[in-house]
This record gives sequence, C-alpha cells and structure tokens, in this order.
Amino acid sequence: MLTDADLQSIWLTLRLAGLVTAILFFVGTPMAWWLARTRSRWKGPVGAVVALPLVLPPSVLGFYLLVAMGPNGPVGQLTQALGIGLLPFTFLGLVVASVFYSFPFMVQPLQNAFESMGTRPLEVAATLRASPLDAFFSVALPLAAPGFLTAGILTFAHTVGEFGVVLMIGGNIPGVTRVASVQIYDHVEAMEYGDAHRLAAVMLVFSFLVLLAVYSARPNRPKG
Amino acid sequence: MDPIEVRLRLTWPGFSLELDERLPGRGVTALFGPSGCGKTTLLRCIAGLERAPQGRLAFQGEVWQDAGTWVPTHRRPLGYVFQEPSLFPHLTVLGNLRFGQRRSPAPGGTAAPSGLDQAVELLGIGPLLERRPERLSGGERQRVGIARALAVNPRILLMDEPLAALDHQRKQEILPYLERLHERLSIPVLYVSHAPDEVARLADHLVVLEAGRVLASGPLQETLARLDLPIRLGEDAGVVLEGRVAERDQRWHLLRVDCAGASLWVRDTGVAIGRQVRVRILARDVSVTLNQAHASSIVNTLPARVAALGEDSHPALALVRLQAGAATVLARVTHRSADLLGLAPGLAVWIQIKAVALL
Repeated sequence: MLTDADLQSIWLTLRLAGLVTAILFFVGTPMAWWLARTRSRWKGPVGAVVALPLVLPPSVLGFYLLVAMGPNGPVGQLTQALGIGLLPFTFLGLVVASVFYSFPFMVQPLQNAFESMGTRPLEVAATLRASPLDAFFSVALPLAAPGFLTAGILTFAHTVGEFGVVLMIGGNIPGVTRVASVQIYDHVEAMEYGDAHRLAAVMLVFSFLVLLAVYSARPNRPKG
Repeated sequence: MDPIEVRLRLTWPGFSLELDERLPGRGVTALFGPSGCGKTTLLRCIAGLERAPQGRLAFQGEVWQDAGTWVPTHRRPLGYVFQEPSLFPHLTVLGNLRFGQRRSPAPGGTAAPSGLDQAVELLGIGPLLERRPERLSGGERQRVGIARALAVNPRILLMDEPLAALDHQRKQEILPYLERLHERLSIPVLYVSHAPDEVARLADHLVVLEAGRVLASGPLQETLARLDLPIRLGEDAGVVLEGRVAERDQRWHLLRVDCAGASLWVRDTGVAIGRQVRVRILARDVSVTLNQAHASSIVNTLPARVAALGEDSHPALALVRLQAGAATVLARVTHRSADLLGLAPGLAVWIQIKAVALL
C-alpha cells in the first residue's frame, strides 16, 4: 500500500492545489473579465503574458521565479522587508509560484465563458435597473457557471500535476514541498518501482476522473 | 405630457446619425426606416446603451445626457424590449420578471407588485410563470420579454423591432397584445420597426429615418397624407384612418366602419361592434370621378373635395389629396386624367375606393 511518505505527499499536493485554485478564483476572475470586455490596446500584450506559462518550459518559469524570490530579487527583497523571509523552499513560495504557473488555466476558460455570453445579457440587466457590479454578480457569474467549473477543475488538476516549477522553487523537503509528482520521481530515482507504480496509478486515476468530470459537465448543445 | 427632446450627433466609419427632434410624450411613436437607417442606434442612444459623443437628451424635464451629464442606463426610468427576447436562461419566467421589478422603485414608494401583475395580465403569461425560457415558444418568449420590461414600472417603453425575429404566425399572435398595450398604457412608447403593417396598426406618431437623418416626423395620419414627401409604408403610398365599427351586415358579411366623416364598408373579420379599428387605403386603390357612379361594383363611394395635387414617383402620375369629411385620402391618377377632369383644389368630386384594408 501507499507509505506514510506517499500519503503525506498526496495531502500536501491537495492542500497546495486547493489553495492555489481558491486564490486564482479571486485573482483570475477580474483578469478574465477585463480581457473579455476591454477594447484597450493592452489586451494583446496582457493576454500573451497570461498565456506564457502554457508554452514556457516549467524550469524556465521556475528559474525566473527563483531569481525574483531570491535574496537579491525584487520579490525577495520585498518579502524580507515585510519580515516574511525568503520564499524559495517554503510552502508559501510553492503557492506563489503555482499561482503564476496555473494562471492561464484559470483565466482562459473564464475569458471564453465571459466572451461567449456577449454583451446582450449585461445590456438587458442594465435596462432592468441593475448597476454594472450588480449585473456582474446576478447575471454574468451565473451564466458563466460552467466556465467556472471547468476553470476550477483544470487549475486544480494542473497544479496537482506540476513538477518542474516545484523542483526549482520548492526543492524536495518532506511535508513542506515534496508533492506527489516529486515523490514519484524520488521513488524512481531510488529504484522503488513498486512504490512509484502505486502512486503513479493514483495520479492517473485522479487525472482521468477530473477530465471525465469536465467533459461530462460540458453541455452538449449551446443554451439559448 | 412633456415631449422627449433628442438631439444627437454620432459618427462611425460609414455611418452617421444626426437629429434634433421632439418626440411626443404620449402614445406610440414609430421610428420607421430601412435597415441601416439608424433607428436602432437612435433607440440605443436614448436608452443609454450607446453614447453619442455630442447630444442632449431630456425626458419629461429630466436631463439624461448633455455636455456635463450622463445618466447610465440602469438609472433611466425606462423599459426596453430587444429584438431577440434575451431572457435570462438561468431564471424562470417569474425570475426574469422579478429581476427588474425588485430593483425598481414602485410608483407609490412601497414594493407594490402592481407593474408586474398588470404586465402578466396584459401579456397573458400567467400560465408560463414557472417555466424556464428554453421551454417557451418564440412568441411566448417575446411576450415575457415585453412583460419583463413593463414590470419595472417604466415611464417610457422602448421597443426595438420586437416582432422582427418572429415568423408571420407568431407575429399575428403578438400583435393583439401590442394593441392592448397601446390601448391601456399611459406611458409613451418608442417603437422601432421596418414593417409597414406594424406601423400602420400601432403608431400614433411617425418618424421616418433615412441614412441617419429624419426624413419626416409628425402624427401618423397627417404624415402619411403628405404630398410633398409621399411616405411609402411598404410598397405604396396610402393613408391610415381611425374609426369605430358601427354596423354589421350579416347578409353580405360586411362591417361598417365610421371614420371621421366617412363611413366605409369592409369585409367582416369578426371584430365586435364598437371596437376602435384602423383601416388602410392605398392611393392606387382610389379613383376620382366628377359624378356619383351608380352602376359600379365599387362599394365605397364618397363625396370629397380636392385639397391639393402633387407629383408621384412617375412623371405620368399625380397624387391627389382629398378631403372626405374630416378624413384625408390620397388618390393616384394619371396627369392626363387630372387634366381631363380639371382637378384643382376646392373642386367637389366623388371618390371610389376599390379596397379598404381593416388592420
């Protein structure tokens, strides 16, 4: 069966993914809303930056984050000045890095959901006396609910599966930064193929169930 | 009621809208014109959904827009009906109706549901309240859309081609409801349409738009009877008269409609005696004679007086404006006939009306 170290890594992974998903709901929603609605010339550049983690090798992203959070980096100096200390090789550092890494997985489904509803529902809401903020909560959010489900699941699953960024920022500290994917890597390095198999199987089944949920939740026909 | 002041100037690539109008503060005002003439843009500007960079908009003394003022849509006391019903799919019919009602102050200051109840009754949607929008037919959806706009107790109702997305049968299903609104509502209605039959049936006041400019504006019957600028509601020039059903002739299946000073016989469509109705008479269906023709198949023959003559679309044709009692009728005749009969303002003639359409 799974060892205590395996269970510890799974628990850590779930905590990390849950926290990152929760943070990204708050950070990603305004960004997605802005990207879906703006006519600013900054839409292109900002959209590209948001999408960068999709194409960058995780080690590249991890490297830059490591430098930025290091003792001489801008983020590192800030966190030191605030008395938090340095973020690399801590759970908090892992959370911050994962937020960057998983950002597009939250923003893009939400942006699609907001864009596909068009401006009409918001115009209708305005003619029915709803202020823009009111219309956002009472019309846009409910209409984008499937998008939120997809975005949440994808963000969670993607954070569970990250490896490169974790290794660069978090290292491999049991109970602090050793997530499931790193634990599998350790098992393989130590030639413990049986242990690696069991943990890998758990990850495989988990990923499949997640995708099954996403594809089943997606409506078969567009709603009118 | 104070009029609605609209002065707007807006320029987009390939399109401009410029007008300075005072729209009546009561009754149904039709904004009529072909696609792309700017009628929907005008309505959206009035609603605040579009912002003309220059303009002044004042509704019954309240300034909605001028150089230093901009009242956002959700603070304007209006109801808006979109071309597609655009019901909220995540709410039931009742949820849709309550959405605006909850957010709008009731006329008495309390949260009285009067507007909502009246709207449900007027549009006949009582049995649909618990349904989801996707379970409604196209016509039902639009009725809910109209009721939703009325449920906010608006002081003006804006309708953007509410029937354009519906097929002929659905349209006929909704038109009677719109006529009821016309009879019962005390608030002004701005009704955007490119359909002549809707305008002839519903409008009291007509604003004709072309390429972003006002071509003509005035009371419907007067505006349609203008000779300098024959307004073609659809295929042909013609007038609309308002009247009351006065008599039913069972034997010949005819109804007598008394319009101002002129009685007309029309085919019996089953309308009740006493009902207010409108009839439409096209200029091409009216001919002019000097004497009353007794042996004729034409049922409607009236004495009239020539009011004015004008040019028609072809050099061979003339339009004659005739006064039959208080009713104004247009007739299309050739210039040759006009000359032969010696038609001139003031001349007493008989008109024969070949077809009268009960709207």
